[in-house]
Amino acid sequence: MSTLLEADSEKLLAAVRGLLARKGIASHAEISERIAITDQANPGQGARMVAKAWIDPAYRTLMLSDGAKAAEAIGIPMRGMPPLGVLENTPELHNLVVCTLCSCYPRAVLGYPPFWYKSAAYRARAVRDPRGMLAEEWQTVIPAEIKLRVVDSTADYRWMVLPQRPAGTDGWGETQLAAIVREGDMIGVTIPRA
Amino acid sequence: MSFAPGTQVRVKDDWPEAHRPVHIRTPYYVRGQAGTVLRHLGDFPNPEDLAFARPAERRPLYHVLFSQDAVWHEDHPGDELLVEIFEHWLEPA
Repeated sequence: MSTLLEADSEKLLAAVRGLLARKGIASHAEISERIAITDQANPGQGARMVAKAWIDPAYRTLMLSDGAKAAEAIGIPMRGMPPLGVLENTPELHNLVVCTLCSCYPRAVLGYPPFWYKSAAYRARAVRDPRGMLAEEWQTVIPAEIKLRVVDSTADYRWMVLPQRPAGTDGWGETQLAAIVREGDMIGVTIPRA
Repeated sequence: MSFAPGTQVRVKDDWPEAHRPVHIRTPYYVRGQAGTVLRHLGDFPNPEDLAFARPAERRPLYHVLFSQDAVWHEDHPGDELLVEIFEHWLEPA
């Protein structure tokens, strides 16, 4: 512990946490709880939402109208998180999420963003040449007749994609469905396969 | 809130960063571009004030659709860009 505290950043952090506690803004326990919630968030949580939406039409409707309520409904903590919007892929429309200005990402339901999500290359090319980027980097070819909609996460919302349920999954249960939904499927760079 | 869904709007061709320190959530590439309001997302404290710890008035935030082809010339007509833009950056087209 003493070696950690020798770094200036650690001393600064300890001082700020001490001040937050003393001024009654955030207790040590509240900060620890928030760190635990952040560390627990992972793409498996978003995948559970997607799988449930594929099986339960009422849940799908809730998810599309208010992502945060849908997340809370299956036990994902959303208190203090930005509003969550859900973008539905259809046979006519494919959504792709990017944050060209920084790295806004639906961390509450997907966890930490993948490294490439924050790269200047992804942020620039996702808006400029989305079809070329998807085909070359992810081998995701969006058929010409399907409209591609690039959603630039520039302000207060966070966005996740609800992909289409793949063929060959008839009769599958929620757990089995959730297992095939990857992080990239919920950003729109890949498409789930059975 | 003044822009109903379907309203044609134009993003102001304004570049305040050329004159003073700013924090802006309107990407360069849509400045001056025409788009269509998809929906009102809610009202949020103006990030341009929040970033400088100034009192931040709540401002309407819209989801605005642009033609990808018109902005970036991907040569795939029909593709779209959907961007969150605050009302004070929009004017009727």
